[in-house]
Amino acid sequence: MDEIFGIPAPLLFGQLLLGLINGAFYAMLSLGLAVIFGLLNIINFTHGAQFMMGAFAAWMLLEYLGIGYWWALLLAPIIVGITGVILERLMISRLYKLDHLYGLLLTFGLALIIEGIFRNQFGSSGMPYRIPPELAGAWDLGFMFLPVYRGWGVIAALVLCLATWLLIEKTRLGAYLRAATENAALVQAFGVNVPRMVTLTYGAGVALAAIGGVLAAPIYSVNPQMGTNLIIVVFAVVVIGGMGSILGSIITGFGLGIIEGLTKVFWPEASATVIFVIMAIVLLARPAGLFGRA
Amino acid sequence: MANSATTITDTAMRERVTPGEGIWGFSRAQLAGVLVLIAFLAVAPFVLYPVFVMKLLCFALFACAFNLLIGYVGLLSFGHAAYFGMGAYITGYAAKAWGVTPVAAIIMGGLVAALLGVIGGWIAIRRQGIYFAMITLALAQMVYFFCVQAPFTGGEDGIQAIPRGSFLGIADLSSDMAMYWFTAAIFLAGFLLIHRIIHSPFGQVLKAIRENEPRATSLGYRTDDYKLMAFVLSAALAGVAGATKSLVFGIATLTDVHWSMSGEVVLMTLVGGLGTVFGPVIGAAVIVTMQNYLAEMGAWVTVIQGVIFVACVLAFRRGIVGEIANWLKVKL
Repeated sequence: MDEIFGIPAPLLFGQLLLGLINGAFYAMLSLGLAVIFGLLNIINFTHGAQFMMGAFAAWMLLEYLGIGYWWALLLAPIIVGITGVILERLMISRLYKLDHLYGLLLTFGLALIIEGIFRNQFGSSGMPYRIPPELAGAWDLGFMFLPVYRGWGVIAALVLCLATWLLIEKTRLGAYLRAATENAALVQAFGVNVPRMVTLTYGAGVALAAIGGVLAAPIYSVNPQMGTNLIIVVFAVVVIGGMGSILGSIITGFGLGIIEGLTKVFWPEASATVIFVIMAIVLLARPAGLFGRA
Repeated sequence: MANSATTITDTAMRERVTPGEGIWGFSRAQLAGVLVLIAFLAVAPFVLYPVFVMKLLCFALFACAFNLLIGYVGLLSFGHAAYFGMGAYITGYAAKAWGVTPVAAIIMGGLVAALLGVIGGWIAIRRQGIYFAMITLALAQMVYFFCVQAPFTGGEDGIQAIPRGSFLGIADLSSDMAMYWFTAAIFLAGFLLIHRIIHSPFGQVLKAIRENEPRATSLGYRTDDYKLMAFVLSAALAGVAGATKSLVFGIATLTDVHWSMSGEVVLMTLVGGLGTVFGPVIGAAVIVTMQNYLAEMGAWVTVIQGVIFVACVLAFRRGIVGEIANWLKVKL
C-alpha cells in the first residue's frame, strides 16, 4: 500500500484530494454559470471576480468586524448576491435584447473594474485566512492524513451542488425556472414575474460563486487575482460539459478536477494545460459538449 | 445562430455592396480617411515620439487583424493574445538566437502565428457565439501556460535585448527613425491587405456568413472553410503585429500572451468601432495614449479600462468611428 504504479501513495492521494477540491470549485462555478446562462443568456465573466469578492467578504468580516467563518458562510453570499442583483438591475438587464456577446463584454469590463479596485486596495500578494478551529487538524485515514478542512470543503461543495440540482429539478420554483429557460414569454403570460425571477436567479448564481469564495479562503490565499485565473479554466469546463445539464456540470467539474490532480502526479508539466487539451479533444469529438444539446 | 434582431456589428455602419463606386473598393469618405492616415504616418515621427507612434501602429495592426474576425465574420475571439504573443516570441528568438534579419524574422513570426491559427481555428469554429469566445480564451490560456514553461521563451524574464538588425542590408534599424519607416510600411501594408481581403469575393462570402450562416451554407459555400481561412489570416496578421512590436521594443514577454492582452485588443476595437475600417486604428490610438499617460497609476488603469468597456457596451456601441460615420451618414 506504500506505492501505486510506482508513485508513493501519500503523494497520489494528496494530489487526488487537491484535485477533488479544485473539482469542487469548478463544479460550483460552472453550475452558477450554467444557471445564469440558462435564464439570462449571458456568460457571466464577472463570476470569477464574484468568487474573489466572496473570499474577501469573509476576510473583511473577520478582520474589521470580528465575524467568524460560520457567519461569513451565510453573510458573504448574501452581501455579494445583493451586489449582483444591483448589477443586474442597473446594467445587465439593458442588454437582453442585444447580441449575447455584449453580455460577455460588459461582464468582462465589470470583472476588470472589480479586480482593479481590489488590487489597489489590498495589493496582489494575498492575505491568509485562518481555518476555523472546529475544522483544524487532520484525520489519520491509515493510508494518508486528511486535513479536516479539505474534507469539509469537498463535502460542503458537493452538498451545495446537489441542493441546487434538487432545487432546480424537483421543486415548483425550479420548474418555473426551467420553464422560463425554455420560453420566458409564455411563462410570463401565465402570471409569473419573469424579470424578477431573472434578477433573483442572477443574484443566486452570484451568491453560489461567493460561497465558493468563502470555502476557498482558508485553502488558497485571499488575493484579487484568485478568481480570474480560475474562471478561464471554468470556461473550459463549461465547454467540455455543455451547459444543458445541471448534473452534467457537477460531474464534469469534479471529474476534471480529479484528472488535473492525477496529471500533477504523473506528468506535472502538463497539469496546467490538461483541461484545455481535454476541451480541444471533446470539441473535435462532440462539439456540443459531453452533456450538451446541439 | 441567425439572430435577426441584433448582431454585434448591427449598426448603421454596415456596408452595402455598391460595385463601381469609389477607388480600389474605398468609398470617397474612406479614401479621404486613408489619405489622412498616410499624411499622419508621414508627419507623426517629426511631431510625436517615434517609439510611441510605433507602439501605436503595432497595436493598430493587431486591432485591425482582430476586427477582420469580429467585424466581418461576426466571430468574437477572446484569445488573440496567443497569436500576437507567439509572433513576438518567435521573431524575438529568431532575431536574437539565430541572428535572422528583421524581415525574415517577422515573416517567421507571422507564419508560426498562422500555423497556430490553423490549429486554434480548426478547434474553435466548431462552435459559435459565446462558446467561440470561451474556446478561444481557453486555447489562448493553454498557449500562455506553454510559454511559461517552454525553454525558448525565457519564462518570467521573457526574451530581452532583441536586436533590430538591418533592413535588407540597406538601412540600420537601430535608429528609431529608420525603424519607424519600417514599422509604418508594415502597418500600411497590413491595413491595405485587410481592406483588400474584405473587398474580395472571399470577403463578400465572409460577410454573407456573418449575416446569415445557414443561408450561406444553403447557397453551397463551405462556411467552415471560409471561417477557418479568415481565422488564419487574422492570426497571421496579429502575429506580424506582435513580431514588429518585439523588434521595436527589443522584448517579448508573458504580457504579450496574457489574457489581459486579448481583452485589450477587444477594447481597442470596441472603442474605435466594431466592423469599421478605421475604428481599430482610432481605438488603438486612444487606448495606447491612455496607457501612456496613466502608466504611473498602476492598477487604476485596469479599472479605467473596465469602465470604458462598460460605457461602450451600455451607451456607445458604435464606437468613435461608428458614431462619426453615422453622424456624417457615410461608411468609414
